[in-house]
Amino acid sequence: MAKAGDKSGGSGNKGLKRKAATEERQEAAVAEDGTTESGVQPSKAAAFPPGFSVSEIKNKQRRHLMFTRWKQQQRKEKLAAKKKLKKEREALGDKAPPKPIPKTIDNQRVYDETTVDPNDEEVAYDEATDEFASYFNRQTFPKILITTSDRPHGRTVRLCEQLSTVIPNSHVYYRRGLALKKIIPQCISRDFTDLIVINEDRKIPNGLILSHLPNGPTAHFKMSSVRLRKEIKRRGKEPTEHIPEIILNNFTTRLGHSVGRMFASLFPHNPQFTGRQVATFHNQRDYIFFRFHRYIFKSEKKVGIQELGPRFTLKLRSLQKGTFDSKYGEYEWVHKPREMDTSRRKFHL
Amino acid sequence: MVKLLFRSPPVSPGFIFVKAKPTDAEGIFFHSCASLNSQKQRSTRSDSARARALVTQLLRRKCEPWAPGLCYGRCGSTLEPVWVGTDTGILKGVNLQRKQAANFTPSGQPRREEAVSALCWGAGSETQILVGCADGTVKHFSTEEGRFQGQRHCPGGEGMFRGLAQVDGTLITCVDSGILRVWHDNDKEASSDPLLELRVGPGVCRMRQDPARPHVVATGGKENALKVWDLQGSEEPVFRAKNVRNDWLDLRVPIWDQDIQFLPESQKLVTCTGYHQVRVYDPASPQRRPVLEATYGEYPLTAMTLTPGGNSVIVGNTHGQLAEIDLRQGRLLVCLKGLAGSVRGLQCHPSKPLLASCGLDRVLRVHRIRNPRGLDHKVYLKSQLNCLLLSGRDNWEDEPQEPQEPNKVPSEDTETDELWASLEAAAKRKLPDLEQSQGALQTRQRKKKRPGSTSS
Repeated sequence: MAKAGDKSGGSGNKGLKRKAATEERQEAAVAEDGTTESGVQPSKAAAFPPGFSVSEIKNKQRRHLMFTRWKQQQRKEKLAAKKKLKKEREALGDKAPPKPIPKTIDNQRVYDETTVDPNDEEVAYDEATDEFASYFNRQTFPKILITTSDRPHGRTVRLCEQLSTVIPNSHVYYRRGLALKKIIPQCISRDFTDLIVINEDRKIPNGLILSHLPNGPTAHFKMSSVRLRKEIKRRGKEPTEHIPEIILNNFTTRLGHSVGRMFASLFPHNPQFTGRQVATFHNQRDYIFFRFHRYIFKSEKKVGIQELGPRFTLKLRSLQKGTFDSKYGEYEWVHKPREMDTSRRKFHL
Repeated sequence: MVKLLFRSPPVSPGFIFVKAKPTDAEGIFFHSCASLNSQKQRSTRSDSARARALVTQLLRRKCEPWAPGLCYGRCGSTLEPVWVGTDTGILKGVNLQRKQAANFTPSGQPRREEAVSALCWGAGSETQILVGCADGTVKHFSTEEGRFQGQRHCPGGEGMFRGLAQVDGTLITCVDSGILRVWHDNDKEASSDPLLELRVGPGVCRMRQDPARPHVVATGGKENALKVWDLQGSEEPVFRAKNVRNDWLDLRVPIWDQDIQFLPESQKLVTCTGYHQVRVYDPASPQRRPVLEATYGEYPLTAMTLTPGGNSVIVGNTHGQLAEIDLRQGRLLVCLKGLAGSVRGLQCHPSKPLLASCGLDRVLRVHRIRNPRGLDHKVYLKSQLNCLLLSGRDNWEDEPQEPQEPNKVPSEDTETDELWASLEAAAKRKLPDLEQSQGALQTRQRKKKRPGSTSS
């Protein structure tokens, strides 16, 4: 025993150690169940009593070893099974059954009954006559006011500036402790169509209030993962003055449609394709990812993209009917975590 | 065989159905089965059951008809116990068992100018509905015939209708700017002079008629205290409420009465305010101030209804929170969950513990308020809902499989039965192939073995 111990202590070689441990284990097994005949057979696989699991071994080193060995064996088996499956597929050739699609949370999403059907006339009428109708009928031209919560710090100020380069026809104003309810009538009188307020907490921007102006809905978002231009790796040069195109991905439900239309109404309706700039609002699992890229078509199917501009993630907290009035306004949708977040597969946007 | 047409649900993992012809029955089954198979490895029996349930559900889901007055089955208060008015001018009769709504519009197309702002039952037990629209007209709708019968233009005053009531062949309307008028309720629009006109004060939020004494109405609004008017009496209100005392900072407490209800078997009234207070007034007592005051939440209360017991009210606020408040003690009893948007309409059934609520989140919900408390039905109606009317009949829960539906449902059922009969044949044939492919993928399904365990 001492010799084996020395061996394991002296050599750092795993194999030797393992061998030594096996011997030790075998002897231990012999000591444990002397009644069985396993001790007599010098077989490598010692017979354990049924129902024995590795976690019952009290010695940590041995337990760890046994577990590692079991894991390796499992990996081998899995690899073998995979190879076998692959061979079978090749053997079957065309007749092989289709590859099983892995389950993802997006795959398993609970079907939302408010999903908008493109042929639905009632929803189409509702959307055609809602507060954004004048934008979509090309009657109004967007004019955005960007401001922050009171006394913003550097990051927020820089984000506002960068946002104003991304959104055409936008103006940044410093918030000098003015109440939003007083700002809004002034904006309306100066023909602004949207108001963006970036809320800041502890020197980082963390919220966004987007209010459509004449009497339109107000959306309140949580903002996270804000990356300013200089923090984006492999970025392109500054965005130009061209009007970007918009991509709105995955806004399927009725609420999603409202929010998507809000975002769309921020940008002018006539994108300038020569600018090759595109702003993307991608909704996945109720998180909206904003990205701003410049693209170039290298051939008909190959595109190169450069990320410009700031990048952030939004999550909708509430959608209020009417302009900003958080206390007395009527809410069209409020996110209630304890009621709405009970299922991992149910999303609202 | 008749062709079956149904829309495909747009966002759905793996379910892609196209127009189904009976000859494609096998195609549907195999398609659905393959997609389901590829996603989840379950036994073929549950797969077929799932596919069957899916396809049957899609077959049952019908397109909503757009022609005025057309609806599935026979319209009548026997089928639609809940009537909802929307922002787009559509009156919807909702059948809770089948979770479907029949749309009715006066002009055949939805129009925002005709947004429904008030609903009330007309003459004769719940066969007629009076619909107050945003353009100042009151339209008569017959539930039995399922169509709009006439309309009455009620001009005067600005703003939407805040209250609509009917008594003895006359119509009482009240608008936002505070003009309360009593009209002669005939179908001809000829006489446009009101019988009686009262100025209630600007900023009215609600006018409610006392169900026990139909000629008594109460009005209240923003900076417009509660007033009770007797339309057969004098031009002065019978009861004028007084504001509560100044608060602890000696500031005047603002008034914003959003909804009023008359308590049965007494002269008392309950109001809920935009400053999240619920107040009980008693005209019989000498004090004009509220007899009881309770608060709930932090958001304006927008709708209120009495419960069948008569001892409590259920209020809803702009955040979609519903609460039952006991009026004897003035405390909160229960909260009801489910709504995501501002509550616009609430009504309790007069005898059963059911509560219907509608709001800006475009969903009509029916909750059960006691034993056991919870959500009973939920129906998505695609427009923002403004007001609702619940029928007070007792038997709408017990209507089983609608024998009144004459042509539509039986033929559909036979068609679906034939469809499934053909699908069964397809299923039986396909089973061996599926079993084989299943066997190859069995390795994944093996239970996770514990490390080092001897049992296999």
